[in-house]
Amino acid sequence: MRSYIIRRLLLIIPTIFIVSIIVFVTIRLIPGNIVDIMVSNFQDITKMDKQAIEQALGFNVPLYKQYLHWMAQIIVHGNFGKSLWSNLPVMNDVRAAWPVTLELGTLGIILAQVIALPIGIYSAMRQDTIGDYLARSFAVLCIAVPGFWIGTMVIIFPAIWWHYTPSIRLITFGSDPLGNLKMFIIPALVLGMEMSGMTMRMMRTMMLEVLRQDYIRTAWSKGLTERVVVLRHALKNALIPVITIIGWQVPLLVGGTVIIENIFQLPGMGQLIVNATQHRDYPEVSTILMIFGLVILVLNLFIDMLYGFLDPRIHYK
Amino acid sequence: MADITSNKTAVKKHRNFIADLVFRMITEKPLGTAGLIITVVFLATAIFANYLAPYAPNQLHGLSALKGPSLQFWLGTDNLGRDLLSRIIFGARVSVIVGLGASIVASVVEITVGVLAGYIGGTFDLVVQRFVDAVMCFPGLILMMVIISLVGAGIMQTILVLGITWGITGSRLIRSATMSIKENMYVQAAISVGSSTPDIIFNHIIPNIMAPIIVQFTTRIPAIILTEASLSFLGFGIPPPAVSWGAMLSGSARTYMRKDPWMAFWPGLALSLVVYGVSMFGDALRDLLDPRLRGGIGRYGTNIKRKPKELSKQR
Repeated sequence: MRSYIIRRLLLIIPTIFIVSIIVFVTIRLIPGNIVDIMVSNFQDITKMDKQAIEQALGFNVPLYKQYLHWMAQIIVHGNFGKSLWSNLPVMNDVRAAWPVTLELGTLGIILAQVIALPIGIYSAMRQDTIGDYLARSFAVLCIAVPGFWIGTMVIIFPAIWWHYTPSIRLITFGSDPLGNLKMFIIPALVLGMEMSGMTMRMMRTMMLEVLRQDYIRTAWSKGLTERVVVLRHALKNALIPVITIIGWQVPLLVGGTVIIENIFQLPGMGQLIVNATQHRDYPEVSTILMIFGLVILVLNLFIDMLYGFLDPRIHYK
Repeated sequence: MADITSNKTAVKKHRNFIADLVFRMITEKPLGTAGLIITVVFLATAIFANYLAPYAPNQLHGLSALKGPSLQFWLGTDNLGRDLLSRIIFGARVSVIVGLGASIVASVVEITVGVLAGYIGGTFDLVVQRFVDAVMCFPGLILMMVIISLVGAGIMQTILVLGITWGITGSRLIRSATMSIKENMYVQAAISVGSSTPDIIFNHIIPNIMAPIIVQFTTRIPAIILTEASLSFLGFGIPPPAVSWGAMLSGSARTYMRKDPWMAFWPGLALSLVVYGVSMFGDALRDLLDPRLRGGIGRYGTNIKRKPKELSKQR
C-alpha cells in the first residue's frame, strides 16, 4: 500500500508539470495580447507605458524564461504573483475565497449522496415498479434541469410569493453557525441535486448487478431479512463504482460552484475566477486554475486510496 | 423447418437498418420514443425557425415590455419588449448548431487522438495520456470560460473550444476500444500481408469502433447544449444578436426577473425539455446499438413472473 501511494505521488509530478504548462501556454500564447487589451481598456496608456508594462510583467524575455521564472517564484517563494487589478498578492483574494467554495462544495457533495444513494438503492430493489419509474425519472430530471435555472427559480419565486430574499452579505461559520448554514443550505441543495442524477443511476445499475450474484441468493436462502441482505451484503459491493463516479464528478462540482456562487452571490473561488477572467487579470486566472487542477488531482488520488479501505479484495502493488 | 427459420432471419437482416432501429425503439423503449419525438421537434424548430417564429427575435415592442403571456405574445415579452416565444425558437437554432457542431468536432478530435494513441502505443501513448490526464483535471467549464475569454466570444469559437475539450476527454474511451481491436487476428493478418498503417486504421480499426463513437456522439450532445447555456449564462458564450437560452437568463435580464418571472421561466424550461429528450433518445439508442450495456430483467434477477411474454418468446 505504501509503495503504491509513493508511486502514485510520483506519477502526479509529470501531470502537475503538464498542468502548469497548459495554464501558462493557454493564457500567454492565445491571440489578443494581454498588454494590448490593457492598453485598450485604459485609454490614457501611451506607447512608452506599454513597454513599461511589458517589462514589469516580464513579457520582454523569451517564453521559456517566463515560464521558469513563474514556476521558480511559486516553488521557491510560494509567490503566485500580484493581481493586475488590485496590485495585491493573488493569494490574498484566494485566502478569503476558498473557505466559501470548500463549504459549498462539501455540503453539495454530501447532499448529493444523501439524495442519490437511498433513491438509487430503492429503485434497484423495486425494479420495474412505479416507484422505480418515478425514481428514474427524477434522476434524469436532476441531470436535465440546469442548476442555474433551478437556482434562478429558487431566488425569484420565494421573493415574489413571500418577499424572501437571501442574504447578500457573507455570514461566516465562526460568527453565526446557524445563519451560515441557512445561507449555504439552499445553494448546496441545488448543487447537490445537479450532481445526484448520475450517482443515482450508477447506484441503481450496480445494485441490480450485485443483487443477481450467487452470494446474494445464498443470503436470501439463509432467511436473512431484506434489510440485512441489501445493506450488509449488496450495498458494500455495489458502492465502489459509485465512488468512481463521485470522483469523476469533482471537476463538474467545481464548475457547478462557479455557477451557483454567481447566482447566490457567494464570494468564493468561482466568483473570483469569473471576475478575474472578465478583467483579464491573468496572474489571478492562472493561479486559480493551478489551484483547481491541484485540488482535483489530489482528490482523485484520495478516491483511489479509498477503494483499498472499502474493499479489502483490492490490493495495490 | 430449418429452411423457414433461415429464411426468416434472412428477411429480417435485409430490413433497412434505420427503419429497424426506429421500429425497435418504438416497441421496446417508450421513454426513448418520447425522447425521439422531442429531438425531432427540437430539430424541426431549429431548421424552420424563420417560419415558426411569430416575430423576429430581436424586434422590439417597447410598449408591451415585461408582459406575461397574452394572445399577442404567447409566452410574454422581456424587458426590452422582445417576444419570448420567438427568442426561444431562435435559441433552439443556436443550441442545435452548437450541440451538433461541437459534437462533430469532438468526434474528429477523439478519433484522431484516441486511435493514434491506442494504435501506436509506447512512449507516444504515454506522453499523450499524461496530456489527457492534465486536461481532465481542470474543471471543464472553467477552462472553457478562460479560453473563450481569450479567443473572444462567438459561435465558431464556442463550437471549437467545446469540441476540442470534449474530444480530448472522450479520446480515453476510443483509445481503449482501439487497443482491444488491435489485438484481433485480422489486424495481425493485415499487417502481415503488408497493408499500410492508414489502410489498417481506416479499414479495420475505425469501422469496428463505430458503436462507441456513435454512442459518445449522441450522449455528448445534451451535455454540450447545457455547457453552452452555462457559458452564455456566465457571459462567455454566444454574444448578441444571436439568441442563446443561457444568455436569456443572465445579464440585464436578471434585474427584471422579479417583476416578470416568465422571462426566466421559459428559457430554462425549453433547455430542460431538450436536454431531457435528447438524453433519453441517446440512452435508448445506446441500449439498442450496444446490447452489452443493457441491464438484465426482473427484480433481483430471479423474478421471472414479471416478463412472461418475453420468456415465452425466447422458448
